[in-house]
Amino acid sequence: MLSMDEIKKRLLLEVADLHDVPEGAYNIRADGKSAGRRSSANIIITPKEHGSGLDIEIRPGTRNESVHIPVVMTESGLKEVVYNDFHIGDNCDILIVAGCGIDNCGNQDSQHDGIHRFYVGKNSRVKYVEKHYGSGTGSGKRILNPVTEVYQEENSFVEMEMVQIKGVDDTNRTTNADLSAGAKLIVRERLMTHGEQNAYSKYVVNLNGAGSSADVVSRSVARDKSYQTFDAKVVGNAPCSGHTECDSIIMDQGRILAIPSLEANDLDAALVHEAAIGKIAGEQIVKLLTLGMTEAEAEEKIINGFLK
Amino acid sequence: MLELQNLSFSVTEDKHNKEILRGISLTIPDDKLVVLTGPNGGGKSTLAKLIAGIEQPISGKILFNGQDITALSITERARLGISYAFQQPVRFKGIQVLDLIRFATGKNTLSVAEACDYLAAVGLCAKDYINREVNNSLSGGELKRIEIATVLARGAALSIFDEPEAGIDLWSFQNLIQTFDEMRRSIPNSSFLIISHQERILNIADEIMVLSNGHLEQSGNKEEMLSELIGTTSAVPGCRKVEGGNGSIC
Repeated sequence: MLSMDEIKKRLLLEVADLHDVPEGAYNIRADGKSAGRRSSANIIITPKEHGSGLDIEIRPGTRNESVHIPVVMTESGLKEVVYNDFHIGDNCDILIVAGCGIDNCGNQDSQHDGIHRFYVGKNSRVKYVEKHYGSGTGSGKRILNPVTEVYQEENSFVEMEMVQIKGVDDTNRTTNADLSAGAKLIVRERLMTHGEQNAYSKYVVNLNGAGSSADVVSRSVARDKSYQTFDAKVVGNAPCSGHTECDSIIMDQGRILAIPSLEANDLDAALVHEAAIGKIAGEQIVKLLTLGMTEAEAEEKIINGFLK
Repeated sequence: MLELQNLSFSVTEDKHNKEILRGISLTIPDDKLVVLTGPNGGGKSTLAKLIAGIEQPISGKILFNGQDITALSITERARLGISYAFQQPVRFKGIQVLDLIRFATGKNTLSVAEACDYLAAVGLCAKDYINREVNNSLSGGELKRIEIATVLARGAALSIFDEPEAGIDLWSFQNLIQTFDEMRRSIPNSSFLIISHQERILNIADEIMVLSNGHLEQSGNKEEMLSELIGTTSAVPGCRKVEGGNGSIC
């Protein structure tokens, strides 16, 4: 049983769907300190010096296991940079759940910059889920600047689900990936900003090996006076296939800049990008009104579906 | 019962007023199925939109079960029991067929099995569709059937269908007629307004009305009307080739 206050427990539930300690290996970081840690026979979590992060070793052949490393912060003014390195052996099949929740009731900014590096062995499959969430009534900002680096060896498969729906005032997300032959990367990002929030999301995916492929899709909603930038670049350095897509809804005075880009350095690189930004289609609202919803209910259903 | 009194509608095009409907008065009694036919561009879809509240008339009144609903919103009319199936159904990214059926019934807890019944009624194999997104991956015909399923799920006192047969294949066309029969049986005193040129849909009507050039040209019971309309563009039979075998309705 974790000894955490109710606010931290609520944040833990938001970012990692956890009511208590999870099954398998985990490390829960609360206000800059470890609130609980457990390794398993195949997943060994070792803290780096001075509490600056974790080394997580996943032994070759580990299958159907999970590791949770959520972070919660409730101390106003706390700023931290954390390095978590995942060394995933060959032939693994694992789930990694990260995520950060900040509750800031004070007037100083709270900031967590998580730098996650994934070294994915041959033929391994990894599902990575990362949720970011902010709450609290203080004037201090809730700031999250995650950096994700992925290094995929031959025929590995990584699926990343990155979600930031509520409460983060300022975010600068950077994701870089290098793929070897036959490796595949799928990214599904869902982002909603409101108030005066700013979000910058940048991807660079290098398809270095023959037969590698990537599919980077972002769905986002910018409400109120928020501003988002989506900057995704797929680089084909070998016979490969890549696709990037940004699909966005703007509401109120929300603004979005989408910069999907492609670079082909090999004749057999097949790369596609798409971007669409627009308000909710009027006919979608009308359809839901004819089902008896109010306009506000219809908007909510459309947005929830879009970000599901 | 729906009653339209002297309903008119116009739009402004190139600074000129263009009359779309003028002085439409008609009644759709409870427990009646009325088919509205007539040439393209005659104002049929506009009339349906006026009843649903999607467009507002410039003059005239709409009464539903004795209540003047002319100034009511789409939502208010829907809640009073008016349901409307779009001629060109809307697509939604991320919203699944199950979600849409739940929205239609107003029950978030509607079971998958109950939702599947509505899909089966429009000839869709429920397990293949219930979790599909209502997006571009669906064909026009699939979308049309899902649209009809949402109206079926509403179980409203008045259901309006704008060319329900457009884009659907022969099998579901036949099923569609059965679906209307079942809807009539399952919702006591329900009435229907169906916009269609199809002879087989005209055949299931209690009353047929012909709208042309923005005014109600003729109306009467099916027996009187059908003999006059057959052979005109207001009552189009299915293709002979289609009648005998596979293919689409023309």
